[in-house]
Amino acid sequence: MMQELSMNVLDVAQNSVRAGATLIEITVDEQPARDEITIVIADNGCGMTPEQVQSVTDPFFTTRTTRKVGLGVPFFKLAAEITGGSFDIQSQVGKGTAVTAKFVRSSIDRMPLGDMNETIISLIACNETLDFLYTRRFGADELVLDTREFRAQLGDVPLTEPKVAKFIREFLQENTAELLAGHENE
Amino acid sequence: MKTIAELQALRDEMKGKVGVRREGEYRTKILVGMATCGIAAGARPVLAECVKEIETRKLKDVYVGQTGCIGICQFEPVVEIYDEDGTKTTYVHMTADKVPKVIAQHVVNGSPVVEYTIGANAN
Repeated sequence: MMQELSMNVLDVAQNSVRAGATLIEITVDEQPARDEITIVIADNGCGMTPEQVQSVTDPFFTTRTTRKVGLGVPFFKLAAEITGGSFDIQSQVGKGTAVTAKFVRSSIDRMPLGDMNETIISLIACNETLDFLYTRRFGADELVLDTREFRAQLGDVPLTEPKVAKFIREFLQENTAELLAGHENE
Repeated sequence: MKTIAELQALRDEMKGKVGVRREGEYRTKILVGMATCGIAAGARPVLAECVKEIETRKLKDVYVGQTGCIGICQFEPVVEIYDEDGTKTTYVHMTADKVPKVIAQHVVNGSPVVEYTIGANAN
């Protein structure tokens, strides 16, 4: 079992990587007034048939051949439902997949969000040819990281170049701190 | 507030210095198992430490990436290192603390850290 929601996000996003996506959109939307956290992981990968969508929440279904269980999606679903929230997968073959998990923010059973920035950094570091659009929202404020915009600025300098990787880390950390500043008591 | 406009300065600084490498051109490949089992066991800080060590030591010809579940979940976090000659070493029960030693001894000096390998931990 995962200890943090950010770990679930890292895990579920791997499914998008394997689905051959070129763009993965990750949104973490925290709305204290509605007592809600919504996490969406959407991709433009190969998508799934309605039958596959039915079966991915079954831990004994996996497309992998290395072992017979697939726990990533079931863990994430459980993490949402245990708080009184909800879980949904929309998918279309050839178009992509969107996984949405809604959490009751104040639930005692809600896992901490954890370090989302580290999850995004790991995804970018390991998938240098893929693009990521990360949105972190808190109330009415948001921070957006779009690797396509980063690439446009960088020309042929890759995102994995150490100085760029350091910039991405600082960009996320500083802008997240700014986003959350003043909301400590909410 | 950091803005992406700052990246232009980085690009100018890098001009001419960056040779874009393709995956096959690296001397050493470090692959961290990042399936559900790996992540749950603590692969993310291990990966982060690998990336950080490569940055700190400015190892330009070392690739850090991810691999899926290789079927030995009880040994996660697992790190596989492929040397230039194709030799694979499998490190098991990895932690961020063990990473600097593996990078220094194995990746830089070519001598695997035997006590962290699967062979030394099979039982």
